[in-house]
Amino acid sequence: MNRIETRFQLLRSRGEKALVGFLSAGDPSVSRSLEIIRAMCDAGLDILELGVPFSDPTADGPVIQRSSARALAGGVSLHTVLDMIAALRKDIEIPIIVFTYYNPVFVYGARRFYEDAVRAGADGVLVVDLPPEESDEMTGQWPENALCLIRLIAPTTPEDRIRQVAGSASGFIYMVSKTGVTGSSGLDAGMVAERVNRVRSATSLPLCVGFGVSTPEDVAAIATVADGVVVGSAFERIIEENIENRDLSKLMAETVRSLKAQTRTAQPAH
Amino acid sequence: MTCPENDLFPDAKGHYGVYGGRYVAETLMPALLELERAYKTIAQTPQFASELGVLLRDYAGRPTPLFYAQRLSERLNGARIFLKREDLTHTGAHKINNTLGQALLSQKMGKKKLIAETGAGQHGVATATCAALFGMQCRIFMGREDIRRQAPNVLRMKLLGAEVISVDSGTGTLKDAMNEALRYWVDSVQDTFYVIGSVAGPHPYPLMVRDFQRIIGVEARAQILEKTGKLPNRLIACVGGGSNAMGLFHPFLDDPVEMIGVEAAGRGIETGFHAATLGAGSVGILHGSKSYVLQDQNGQIQEAHSISAGLDYPGVGPEHALLKDSGRVRYVSATDEQAMEAFGMLCRMEGIIPALESAHALAFAVSEAPRSSKDHVFLVNLSGRGDKDLGHVSEIIDQTNTPLSR
Repeated sequence: MNRIETRFQLLRSRGEKALVGFLSAGDPSVSRSLEIIRAMCDAGLDILELGVPFSDPTADGPVIQRSSARALAGGVSLHTVLDMIAALRKDIEIPIIVFTYYNPVFVYGARRFYEDAVRAGADGVLVVDLPPEESDEMTGQWPENALCLIRLIAPTTPEDRIRQVAGSASGFIYMVSKTGVTGSSGLDAGMVAERVNRVRSATSLPLCVGFGVSTPEDVAAIATVADGVVVGSAFERIIEENIENRDLSKLMAETVRSLKAQTRTAQPAH
Repeated sequence: MTCPENDLFPDAKGHYGVYGGRYVAETLMPALLELERAYKTIAQTPQFASELGVLLRDYAGRPTPLFYAQRLSERLNGARIFLKREDLTHTGAHKINNTLGQALLSQKMGKKKLIAETGAGQHGVATATCAALFGMQCRIFMGREDIRRQAPNVLRMKLLGAEVISVDSGTGTLKDAMNEALRYWVDSVQDTFYVIGSVAGPHPYPLMVRDFQRIIGVEARAQILEKTGKLPNRLIACVGGGSNAMGLFHPFLDDPVEMIGVEAAGRGIETGFHAATLGAGSVGILHGSKSYVLQDQNGQIQEAHSISAGLDYPGVGPEHALLKDSGRVRYVSATDEQAMEAFGMLCRMEGIIPALESAHALAFAVSEAPRSSKDHVFLVNLSGRGDKDLGHVSEIIDQTNTPLSR
């Protein structure tokens, strides 16, 4: 069983949902980024999505665009991100997902990426701009399936396509809560619930919902219907506003604790 | 030299060999599939062709003339140069051929709003024009730097009722405008049609834009046969994203005609400040398709540099990548300085002020014509007029103390 499955099983036994945290790797610097991640893990983060900074993040809103730009200014590359994962693996047990646009992986080489990511201790990859129509060129070069391929399902994804997308995914499904880029506001929990139920009938994979989730209330609302809640821009906003703050790691840990508390509302499964 | 298999591209998934495709986030995939269906079922009917034909004739002013640039040719004392006068279309560039097609399609799909990215502003103006013509809402995304370089076009778009959105991210040029248009589209995809202005972007855009621009080559081919009784020796067109070049080249692909795409070499390829994507780039993925891009060793897209906002783009259409690899089209480049020189020469020798983009194609023709025999014919796509560039040109003249005439 891989770390993702293990984690969801553990959460089910505890009656909890997953708190999935997205961070741009290396923001504001590699060392501080590692320090922040360790603090967030200690505070109860369930799954880490580590973003590979990209020059042209077309699916991201201003907050993650800026975090990506800060990381790039510090010289962070896919190489750096894999090194960070290897460093984190020494003391962190939670699943780590590489969250990336396709071009850095393409240029790195799909097979080399697979081998280096698995060796570093990554558990999955989500390539934002690589739909099922194009992903064979990447997975076709993977020698085995030790890396889960997390896929996106959007509010615009029609029924028949949900099956197609889910059918080629592994690990979990990342459900985009709303149309628009990351960090946009206007989460509609009722609509999300309806969508989650529809996707459930198409797959047995855990469903994590992200985009526009920032407050403990948002997390609580999503946690009642989905298997996991993804928070990204809200974390990046704290980093951006506290770059000079020595207590940044503590602040991030506190945020994780307050959000994580909202995922413990469900009854333990038997 | 001929290449009859070119009609086979793209394949069913929008690939041109290894290039092209649909590298977009899931939110946009259904919209692209819907657009592809609509393009096949609506835009490829005789009724659509006839409606578009009327608009192209009565509104855009087609066919555009093919003009023999006699004084320029005689001065260069070599090949005879013919200019395909896309600058004479309504709105002043070839862009209108495509925007009329896409706007008509958007109408038939029941979309209410148009968005577009623009670099030089010609595509933005052409989109805003169609929005006004069809009574649609219109938002144009334009880089901050381009808004400065192309002020007259910004005013034109506003007069036409479009909202011009300044894009500050990145270098504030075409690449960033396209990023922002894609972000906006992700949020508005249900009622908004994204009018992409070049043969770039995800499938079916490279195909659709090529097909709407093919009219340039179809007309030019008939016109040159009528005027000279033979096919031209060379076709020459500038290449940024590559829509005017693709429109001219495509109908000639099976003919024994040499084709040359001229990219912007900016301050010189060796300086690193250029936009010669095919000449100096490598294979990568940008804005939804795989093609050549300017990038670093980590796959981060690099800034392009050109005097011409329309060529200032670190990507290029996927079909151009295929045509480069197959050797069917030769891609060369012209520097800012060479383009400025050709710009001035056409103004004085023929009384035509070309767009700075088109001046790159002219620069190649000007340098090669003297080395070619007098019975050779060069057909140059004069893709747009230069009025939009006057402010920018005036700055350059002041900075470099270039005399206005010599």
